[in-house]
Amino acid sequence: MTDLASSWANAGAVLTVHRWMAVIGGLLLASVAILVLCLQFGATSVDMKTVATAIMHMLRADQEGAATLGTSAIIMVQIRFPRVLMGFFVGAGLAAVGVTLQALLRNPLADSYVLGVSSGSALGVSLAILFGIGSTFMFLPILPLFGFAGGLMALLLIYRLAQSKSRLPIHSLLLAGVILNAILTAFIMFITSIMEPNRSAGLMAWLMGSLTAPNYPALGIFLLYVLCVLVMLMHKAQSLNMLTLGEETARSLGVETEGIKKWLFVLTALLTGAIVSVSGMIGFVGMVVPHAVRLVIGSDHRLLLPASALVGGMFLAVADTIARTIMAPAEIPVGIVTALTGGPFFLYLLLWRKDRMV
Amino acid sequence: MKTNRMETMQSWLSVDVPAIEVEGVSFRYPTTEGRERIWTLDHLSFHVDAGEILGVVGPNGSGKSSLLKVLSGYLPAGEGDVRLGGLSLGTRSQADIARLVAVVPQEYAQVFPFTVAETVLMGRFPHRTARWWSMGIGDETASDLACAHHAMVETDVVSLADRLVSDLSGGERQRVMIARALAQAPKILLLDEPTAFLDLQHQIEICSILRRLKEERGLTVVLVSHDLNLASQYCDRILMLKAGALFRLGTPQEVIGVDALRAVYGCDVLIDRHPESGVPRVTIPSYASTKHIRDHM
Repeated sequence: MTDLASSWANAGAVLTVHRWMAVIGGLLLASVAILVLCLQFGATSVDMKTVATAIMHMLRADQEGAATLGTSAIIMVQIRFPRVLMGFFVGAGLAAVGVTLQALLRNPLADSYVLGVSSGSALGVSLAILFGIGSTFMFLPILPLFGFAGGLMALLLIYRLAQSKSRLPIHSLLLAGVILNAILTAFIMFITSIMEPNRSAGLMAWLMGSLTAPNYPALGIFLLYVLCVLVMLMHKAQSLNMLTLGEETARSLGVETEGIKKWLFVLTALLTGAIVSVSGMIGFVGMVVPHAVRLVIGSDHRLLLPASALVGGMFLAVADTIARTIMAPAEIPVGIVTALTGGPFFLYLLLWRKDRMV
Repeated sequence: MKTNRMETMQSWLSVDVPAIEVEGVSFRYPTTEGRERIWTLDHLSFHVDAGEILGVVGPNGSGKSSLLKVLSGYLPAGEGDVRLGGLSLGTRSQADIARLVAVVPQEYAQVFPFTVAETVLMGRFPHRTARWWSMGIGDETASDLACAHHAMVETDVVSLADRLVSDLSGGERQRVMIARALAQAPKILLLDEPTAFLDLQHQIEICSILRRLKEERGLTVVLVSHDLNLASQYCDRILMLKAGALFRLGTPQEVIGVDALRAVYGCDVLIDRHPESGVPRVTIPSYASTKHIRDHM
């Protein structure tokens, strides 16, 4: 029987612990490499050696040692490092949300941005800001809570639409998402229009997607939060596999579909709410990344979910580095970079796979 | 948990308990509520013996697929009781049911690229013991792999193991879905139109597989079919539904007759005997002889 197992494993026909370790280990190493690379670029370039020394000092919590390195080290430690780290976790979370939504809706183009879930969260957060609940920096924990509520509402609406027929064709689902998006965006625009100009400008900048990192404690809580939700999603990876077979088949395989679906909705809304409240609307990461990863490593969610999270993290870290450097010293919102790379890819998928989707 | 499963197994070994008992089962979809009381399934009572192949036939909308969904526990019976191996469906957990009953649905729409081996291995899901720390990675034991492999041998899909299910032909895909169901090691197999959209050779192939499974594994099979001849040829007994109610239940000889088909399908057909097996054979009348029907249209 071991022959059988190894022959399947060699052909890549089934997921083995070995393959899981190899892929995830490789991606982890790549992630660290990418993060270190991203630290070097910015309005002021920092060479590799300074990056390494600064990280060493930071790990040892050596304030005086860091001070000897001068301005570039302060930029590194105070601004760039938290920002790159946050970009990585926001990207990881967005990709994980994309994977989960795609399995839940059995639709490879589903994404929190395309379906209007992000807009729902953004509306929730905007409302909170409008009524002066929490300021831009004191976003914990009130703003994510509003983001969660708004995202969950949008998600349930979209799901209801998708359920009204046994399986909504891809184009109808996307159309529903577009319309929901338009309605929610109108509300957000309304909110910004009645705000004082200087406050609404800040809101607009946040909406376009920015990864300006908060202080370290807040960043730490955010990273922990994303990690926790990711682990909880991972625990349902097997059920996600079954759900892609359709609800009836999943049930016949012993999956308590109703309970699991509700739990997954809550988890995706929790993650989207937190991400949107810290980084605004960053589109297409959740759609492009899982799609590309699936093409390479297959559909088993036990591997697809963590691999997509890591690739999503790298993708957004790089996208943000581009956003920081391309017009330096000015910055462009990272949402523009992801939309400009992801949008065309999305169109390509839509046109290329048109015949197979409907 | 383990002793529980053993008891279940033992209750299956005793021959006198029917595999499926349906008693006074009624069902209707919530959407028809409030309107006139139309039952999708109307007070059905019957039982299926262990190791029997039961064919469910009837016109479109007579409740065939709904009946399968009630038997698999997907739709709750509004009234009445379904017992599997002597135990009521309502008292069993979804995973418990999954270890007894496997379902091959009518259409398989997988939008993600899963391989054949991955798909068949999913059938082992209800038998796995979850270890929370592993997050499902490497949960497949050697016996899971062996079981999946055996199911793939029986349905002749071993050579397709690393192919993507979405790239297969209709007949191959249907065999993969049956392999996935068999990997579940069920006592009861429910199939919805297993031969629809398949050409002649594949129809015979699927039916022979079912027949062999009944003989070798003692599998109880309930299959919904539009093809009366296929049902007559391969099923031990046939259940004929009319508007959700049981119209006739018995051997193919007892059920398939000119009068019964006229009453249920509302049209006249020719019935003779199969030249080899002697079971009833249904033939659609010629164009010339259906003139009176066309006159009414």
